[in-house]
Amino acid sequence: MAQPPGLLFSKDHEWVKLDGDVATIGITDYAQHSLGDIVYVELPRVGATLQQFAAIGVVESVKAVSDIFTPLGGDVLEINAAVESDASLVNREPFGGGWFYKLKLADDAEKNNLMSGADYDKLIAEG
Amino acid sequence: MDGEPLRRTALFDVHRALGARIVPFGGFEMPVQYAGILAEHDAVRKRAGLFDLSHMAQFELRGADVAAWADELTVNHVATMKPLQARYNIFTNAAGGAHDDVIFYRLAGRWLLIVNAGNADKMWAYLQAACRGHVALTDLRGETALLAVQGPRSAEVLAPLVEADIAALKYYTCVETKAGGAAAIVARTGYTGEDGFEVFLAADAAQGLWDALLADHRDVLAPCGLGARDVLRLEAGMPLYGHELTEEITPLQAGLGWAVKFGKPAFTGKAALEAQAVDGDYPRIAGIVLDGRVPARAGYRVLRNGAAAGEIRSGSIAPSVGNKSIATALVDAASAVAGTRLGVEVRGTEYPATTVPLPFYKRG
Repeated sequence: MAQPPGLLFSKDHEWVKLDGDVATIGITDYAQHSLGDIVYVELPRVGATLQQFAAIGVVESVKAVSDIFTPLGGDVLEINAAVESDASLVNREPFGGGWFYKLKLADDAEKNNLMSGADYDKLIAEG
Repeated sequence: MDGEPLRRTALFDVHRALGARIVPFGGFEMPVQYAGILAEHDAVRKRAGLFDLSHMAQFELRGADVAAWADELTVNHVATMKPLQARYNIFTNAAGGAHDDVIFYRLAGRWLLIVNAGNADKMWAYLQAACRGHVALTDLRGETALLAVQGPRSAEVLAPLVEADIAALKYYTCVETKAGGAAAIVARTGYTGEDGFEVFLAADAAQGLWDALLADHRDVLAPCGLGARDVLRLEAGMPLYGHELTEEITPLQAGLGWAVKFGKPAFTGKAALEAQAVDGDYPRIAGIVLDGRVPARAGYRVLRNGAAAGEIRSGSIAPSVGNKSIATALVDAASAVAGTRLGVEVRGTEYPATTVPLPFYKRG
C-alpha cells in the first residue's frame, strides 16, 4: 500500500504536501479507512496560529470523534469548505479533494519530525 | 462483564471472513460493520440486511404459572398473549426503573424470553431469584443463535429457505418451522423500523442458514453490523437499554407509556410509576434535531435559554432523516414539548436544536 509520492507523514496519520513554505494537510487513506464513514469535520479558523502536533480540529465518523493533530505549526491560510459541507469527501479522496487546510509554515525544521511514505508504510504495517 | 473474556457467537469466523470490523459489545466480540455503516443502513432501508444477533440472551420459560408470574414482574400484559404471539415488555424495579426491556414469544407449551446481552447475567440472576411456583427457567445461552433479516425485501429473501409461509405472518407473531433445514422459530419482529424477521435456531445451524441466505441473494442482502443497527433503531425511535432506558430511567420517562398497563392488579414498580404518571412533571426522553451537521453524542449537555435542560442519550447522523444530526435527550418536561428551541453543547460551543416528536423515521 504505497503512499502517494512527495508527501510527508505524521504518526497521527496526517499527510503534508509542501509547496515552498505553504503546507497542505489532510488525513491518510489508512486513517479514513480506520475511521469508517466520516460525517463531520471541524477545522481551525483561517488566521489561527497552530503549534506542531496540537489538537486543532476533529473528524467524526458515525461512531466516533477523533482529534486532528496538525503535523506542522504555522498560520492557517485556507480551509477546505468542501469537506465541511460534505465530509464523505475525506473517505472518497483523502489525498485529493478531501484535504483539510493549508498553512504558512512557522519553522522549516519541524519537517524533521515527520516521516517519509516508506516509513509511514512501516508504521501502519506494524499496526 | 469486566475482566471476563469476551464471548463469540457461532458466526464469529464467518464475520471475520467477510471482513467485518469486530468490537466488544455486551460481553461479546461482535461485528460493528462490514462494508460500512452507511452502506449497510441503506441496504436495510431499500433492500434487506442480515444481522447476527446471537449475543442477545435467550431464556426458555416453562410451567403453568409463567404468565401470572411474569405479569407481576413486568409492565405489559403477559397472560393475555396468544400462542405464537410476540410482545415487547419491560422488567421494572421497585422505583419503576427498568431492569431490562425484552420480548416474550409465546410458543406451544413454553415461552421464549429475549433479553439484552449486556443485561443477560443480571437478568438470569434476577429471574432465578424471583422464580417460584410452577415456573422452570432454562438458560439457552451458548446453545442458540439469532439471525435477523430486515428490510422491505426480507420476505422475498427469507421465504424460500423457510418451510412455513412466512409472507402471511402478521407483525409480532411467530411460527415454529424449519429454516435452512433446521428447526427454527421465525418471528416477524425487528429493531430497524422496517419489515423483517428474526430467526431463532440452534447455534450449530446458524452458519448453514447465514451462508444459504447470502449465497442466494448477495445482490439484495447485505451483511449488517451493530453500527447500522444502532442508526436504524435510533431513526425509528426505538429505545436502547443503557441509553433511553436504565435502572434509573422509567418506561414512562422513555416514552414507553403505551407498554405500561396500570390495569394489571400488581407489578413491581407499579406504585412508583402511578405516582410518576400523576405528578406528570418528570424528565423524559425527547427527540432532537440539530440545525447543523455536528453529531450530538451521548453525555453532551442540553441547554434551554442557556440553562441546563438535560443530556443527550443517543445521537447520530440520520441518512433517512435528510442526513440531519438527530439525537435523543433526557430533558425536563417543558423542554420535551415539540418545537422547543434547545442548545446542545459540543466541545464548549452551543449548537441550536429543536425538539421533535418521535420517531424520526416511519416507513412509507
